[in-house]
Amino acid sequence: MNLAPYQQPDIIRQTLTRLRIAIVGLSANDLRASNFVGRYLLRNGYDVVPVNPRETSILGRKSYASLSDIPGPVDTVDVFRHPDAVPDIARDAVAIGASCLWLQYGVISQEGADIATTAGLAVVIDRCMKIEHARYLGRMHWLGFNTGRITARRAKLV
Amino acid sequence: MSDREFGFATRTVHAGSRPDPATGARALPIYQTTSYVFEDTDSAAAYFNLQEYGNTYSRIMNPTVAAFEERVANLDGGAGAVAFASGLAAQSAALFTLLRPGDHVVASSALYGGTITQFKHVLGKLSVELDFVDPDSLDAWRAAIRAETKLLFAETIGNPGCNVLDIEQVAAIAHEHECPLMLDNTFATPYLCRPLDWGADIVVYSATKFLGGHGTSLGGVVVDSGDFNWSNGRFPVIADPSPAYHGLAFHETFGMYGYLMKLRAETLRDLGAAISPFNAFLLAQGIETLPLRMRQHVANAQAVAEFLQTQAGVSRVGYPGLPDNPHHALAGKYLPEGAGAVFCFDLPGGREHGMKFIEALSLFSHLANVGDAKSLVIHPASTTHRQLGDAELTAAGISPGTVRISVGIEDASDLIWDLQEGLNALENAP
Repeated sequence: MNLAPYQQPDIIRQTLTRLRIAIVGLSANDLRASNFVGRYLLRNGYDVVPVNPRETSILGRKSYASLSDIPGPVDTVDVFRHPDAVPDIARDAVAIGASCLWLQYGVISQEGADIATTAGLAVVIDRCMKIEHARYLGRMHWLGFNTGRITARRAKLV
Repeated sequence: MSDREFGFATRTVHAGSRPDPATGARALPIYQTTSYVFEDTDSAAAYFNLQEYGNTYSRIMNPTVAAFEERVANLDGGAGAVAFASGLAAQSAALFTLLRPGDHVVASSALYGGTITQFKHVLGKLSVELDFVDPDSLDAWRAAIRAETKLLFAETIGNPGCNVLDIEQVAAIAHEHECPLMLDNTFATPYLCRPLDWGADIVVYSATKFLGGHGTSLGGVVVDSGDFNWSNGRFPVIADPSPAYHGLAFHETFGMYGYLMKLRAETLRDLGAAISPFNAFLLAQGIETLPLRMRQHVANAQAVAEFLQTQAGVSRVGYPGLPDNPHHALAGKYLPEGAGAVFCFDLPGGREHGMKFIEALSLFSHLANVGDAKSLVIHPASTTHRQLGDAELTAAGISPGTVRISVGIEDASDLIWDLQEGLNALENAP
């Protein structure tokens, strides 16, 4: 599937301005990638809501069995699940009124993308929220990674 | 804010170096510090656990060094880069990160003498087996690969024989066997060739040479494409939970950044060959003029090679920019802007004439380096390649009368005058 329409920098940057993020498939194991991402987003001011039916609490936050169990509005649904699980998650994301469906590295689902896009959600696929935050707003450049960012503007100190 | 694909020259000046947010300094600040104050204990833990991008200690990362690293990674189109104290340090760390005892490496036989020595002796001490192959023979590459082979290694432009590697073909052979292809791109720089675009997986540089460009500072850098699948079952050293990092599985956790994270957080941390911030500053500044310098280097090299080819006192000129060179077609494909600025020519009078020629020069500097703005000359058989036996010399394309030059950015007519003086000195020599 052509991922370019789902990796647009302006959509990624816009999504990163919205603070309440439900992470579906967030692991309680602090060596797993999803745990790294959740911890990073929490440290950087996001309201992270774990969605994992096998846990009651992850990273000190209450864990919910499904998106529909989360009280209050959710901005972004960030997915660390097998691609086969994405269409149902996309339907749930639409049902709770989320504004973006974000699929992490390797979580590629055309059907899920179509469900969310049709309902008017922004969709990002095969990108990592931690890396994109670090690229545009954070410190990815401190470790010699190629952010692709070229600017002569002075950044504001956070 | 619109997103633009900036051109190469713009990126040489800007990539990795934004205005300093703390002070507004426009030039790259030199962060001459060993260590960094943590905001609080949670932050310190997050940095050491690699859960947050943070500075801990300058043996592992430094903001000035990071700007240099990002600049090179950007120019090569890589996921990122890690810098080291020298080119050989970068190369040994790049190898150390992906190899373990019992593995096997297939390398070009036409490599820089220091690399051949490093591979033979250091890899041997680590119980890694090694075979050298003729880089021009795709069959030789294929035939040397075996079950334990974990890496193919070559130079984009061989030093000093100027073998131009058929990168696309050798990368395909490597990938058929689920091995990465690592290239030393020192002679080409990303201005002349971007090996990752042709399928190479990792690029290493001696930044001491054309990247820095002025012969002031040692440095090396490793660039990774981020595309190689280290979880293919053949690289447990990268894919499996690491005992050196409390069980972290680098490829699974960091994905396309896994190799680079391991290279920095383990290999650089543990082997310790960190580059100084001041050297990184000078190298990053050098890169700002890379396109300007490389254009002049290759134009001068072409002019000098064409001059030498007309001289009766020169028996062979090994510059791929010359139409009769065996690597001319590959140079046209991989090095369309020019075939580099380091090459050899042979004096039929052998060792005696090689030394006499060098002594008659007054503008070329006689020293053991390449890639300076100044033109340089050396006699490999008695210097850079003197550790090699006759058979290895021949395999590297060197004879006793071979002279290697690194053509600088002076006026080409002055360089040709100096070389003419050197040739004149041989006319009446025994």
